[in-house]
Amino acid sequence: MKELLLIAIGSALVNNVVLSQFLGICPFLGVSKKVETAGGMGAAVIFVITIASAVTSLIYNYILVALNLEYLQTIVFILVIAALVQFVEMFLKKSMPSLYEALGVYLPLITTNCAVLGVALTNVQNEYGVLKSVINGLGTAVGFTISIILLAGVREKIEHNDIPDSFKGSPIVLITAGLMAIAFFGFSGLI
Amino acid sequence: MNKCTERVYNGIVKENPTFVLMLGMCPTLAVTTSAMNGLGMGLTTTAVLIFSNMIIAALRKVIPDRVRIPAFIVIVASLVTIVQLLLEAYIPDLYSALGIYIPLIVVNCIILGRAESYASKNDPISSAFDGVGMGLGFTVGLTAIGIFRELLGSGMIFGAQIMPANYEPIAIFVLAPGAFFVLAMLTALQNKFKMPSATNGSAPSNLACGGDCTHCSGSSCMTNHELLEEKARQAAEEAAKKKAEAAKKAAELKAQAASNAASLKKEV
Repeated sequence: MKELLLIAIGSALVNNVVLSQFLGICPFLGVSKKVETAGGMGAAVIFVITIASAVTSLIYNYILVALNLEYLQTIVFILVIAALVQFVEMFLKKSMPSLYEALGVYLPLITTNCAVLGVALTNVQNEYGVLKSVINGLGTAVGFTISIILLAGVREKIEHNDIPDSFKGSPIVLITAGLMAIAFFGFSGLI
Repeated sequence: MNKCTERVYNGIVKENPTFVLMLGMCPTLAVTTSAMNGLGMGLTTTAVLIFSNMIIAALRKVIPDRVRIPAFIVIVASLVTIVQLLLEAYIPDLYSALGIYIPLIVVNCIILGRAESYASKNDPISSAFDGVGMGLGFTVGLTAIGIFRELLGSGMIFGAQIMPANYEPIAIFVLAPGAFFVLAMLTALQNKFKMPSATNGSAPSNLACGGDCTHCSGSSCMTNHELLEEKARQAAEEAAKKKAEAAKKAAELKAQAASNAASLKKEV
C-alpha cells in the first residue's frame, strides 16, 4: 500500500510528466488557453492513460513476455493505444453520451500525445506489475491535469497584463512553464 | 539547384523543423541537456526519417488511403525498434543517456508529418533527400540548443571546458526549467526580428487544441484544420451568395421605385 502511494505521488508531483519529463508538451502548450478546456483535456487524459496503462501492461506481462517478444513493445504499444482511443471514443458515443459530449473533442488529440506511450514504456522499464502500472498511469495523468490547469489559470491572468511585444504568444507561456517547473522542484524532497 | 540538394537546403534552412516549423518539441526540450545528447538524438531521428520516408514513398501506391496513418505508424515503429536495438548494441552510452526518448521517436511529429506531407506524394529518392534535409535540420537545431545549454549550465561544450575557471555554472540551464527558458528566449528573438516561424502570428482558432497545426501536426489536428477551412470557405460562399441576392433585391427595388416614379409622373 505504502509503495503504491509512493508511486502515485512520485509520478504526479515529483517526476511531473510535463514539467520534468517533457512528455505531452503539444497539448500542454496548445490546449491551455482556458481553464475549462484545460480541465476537459485533463479529464480525457486521465481516462485514456489509466485504461491504456492497464491494457498495455496486461499485454506486455501476459502476451509479450510469455512469447519472448519483448522487443516488439514499441510497435505493439503504439498500435494498441491508437486502437484503444478509437474504441473508447466509439464506446462513449454509444453508451455514455453525456461523458462523450464533455470529452469527445479531446479524445482524437490524445492518440498523438507522447505521454500515453511514455507511461506505457516507463511501466515496462520500471518492471511494474499490472496494479502498479495502473497506479503509475493514474498518477502521471493526474500530474498532467494539475499542471495544465495551473498553466491555464496563469494564462487567463496573463491576458490582462502588459507583456513586452516580442514576448507575446508562446514565449511568455514557455517562461511561465519554466517558472512552474522550478516550483515543482520543491516536491522533490517529498519522497 | 537540382531537386535533391534543394530538398536538403529546404530541410536545413528554409523549413528547419526546430527553428521554423517548431515540430518535435518534446525531444527538443528533453534531450538538449548537453550538445552530445542533442547530436545523438538528432542523428538517430535522421536515420529513422530517411528510411521511413524512403519506404513510405516506395509503398505510396500500395497503401490504401484510408488506413495510411496506421500503416505509416507501423513502418516508423519498426524502424525505431531496429535503431533502438542497434544503439543498445553498439553505442550503449548514448542509449542510456537518451533512454525512453528513443522509442518515443515513433510519436515525433516530424516523422509522421513528413510522411503525410511529402513522402506519400513523391518518389523514393527525393523523399530520402527530404529525410536527410529535415533530419539534419533537426540535428542542427538540437545541437545548437544543446551547445547553448551546456555552455551556460556547466561551462563546457561536448564535454570540453570552454569557460574560464572562475565562471560559476548556472546549473538551472541543464535542469528542466532551463529548457523552457532557452526555448522562450529563442521564440522571443524570432518574434522580435519577425523571422519566419510557426510561433509568429496568431493561429485562427476555435478548436480545442488551439488550432495551431504547424505547431502540432498530429494527424487528427490536420483533418480538424481542413474541416475548419472547409467551413470557412462555405461561410464565405454563403456570404457572397447573400450579398449577390441583396444586391439583386436592391436593384429590383430601385427599378420598381423608378417605374413607380415614372407612373406617378404620368399620372401627374
